[in-house]
Amino acid sequence: MANDPIHQFQIQELAGPFHIGGYEISFTNSALFMGISVATVTLILLAAAARGALVPGRLQSVGELWYEFIHNMVKNVLGPEGKPFFPLVFSLFSFVLVANMLGMFPYFFTVTSHVVVTASLAVFVVALVVVVGIAKHGLGWFKLFVPHGVPGVILPFISLIEIISFLSRPVSLGLRLFGNMLAGHIVLKVFAGFVVSLGALGFGGILGAVAPLAMAVALTALEFLVAFLQAFVFAILTCVYLNDALHTHH
Amino acid sequence: MEADAAKLIGAGIACIGMGGAGIGVGHIFGNYLAGALRNPSAAGAQFTNALIGAALAEGLGIFSLVVALLLLFT
Repeated sequence: MANDPIHQFQIQELAGPFHIGGYEISFTNSALFMGISVATVTLILLAAAARGALVPGRLQSVGELWYEFIHNMVKNVLGPEGKPFFPLVFSLFSFVLVANMLGMFPYFFTVTSHVVVTASLAVFVVALVVVVGIAKHGLGWFKLFVPHGVPGVILPFISLIEIISFLSRPVSLGLRLFGNMLAGHIVLKVFAGFVVSLGALGFGGILGAVAPLAMAVALTALEFLVAFLQAFVFAILTCVYLNDALHTHH
Repeated sequence: MEADAAKLIGAGIACIGMGGAGIGVGHIFGNYLAGALRNPSAAGAQFTNALIGAALAEGLGIFSLVVALLLLFT
């Protein structure tokens, strides 16, 4: 079905499958667009940093804004101890932002609309929080789940809730990005489908199709906002979660 | 009732949860704006917190969307 709004998320094998060690591994359109995302980030930032002029030009300004935006965020949320994590947060933000933005081009594949990609990123972030927390505070890090100042009677329940809320972090972090990109792209295609099916009805239908077309244009603008906002939210939630690992007083 | 029909109805019911997320996000930004208009000088520093709150509230709505999609496509 050509108008199927789910069709755009189909993974196609571009090369392969290769059989390596009993696994089937193929080069898919998802892998291709992940590569394009990384290459785009690298090229833009390299080009922005190439000149290093005292008065920055347009491209250099973009690079500096990009860098300072994340730098300020990490500094505000994590404080001076967060400096080692700046490259991680910057890479996560850049990859998610560029993958989201590339997905907005027609016929381009949206890498972040697959839960396997976003969940891997999210599980990695939360596993890192556990590792950093235990490395920095030892077993005392588990005091995160036992907030002080709570009456002893309800403490077990509060701890249980804290543990559940911690365990749901990788789920919510991954699903938020996945769900936003998936839902946004489906809505865009559904409205585009309205234009086509109304336009097929004749002259009156073409007049009526102006409304869903205008809606599709407005939704495209909204999707650009969402693409940026979700990358930002992913990065800042990474910072907030890492803050739990670095500073345990809760 | 056929199993397919029950699945579709279930997917529709699951989407009601997104309304709750909408209420939550609206509350957060509404209250942020109300606070920002009272004290504009403090607004900039709190915008990040407003976005974090909106993202957390929105995530729960996304859960119900995922439940609906799971019902539709599995």
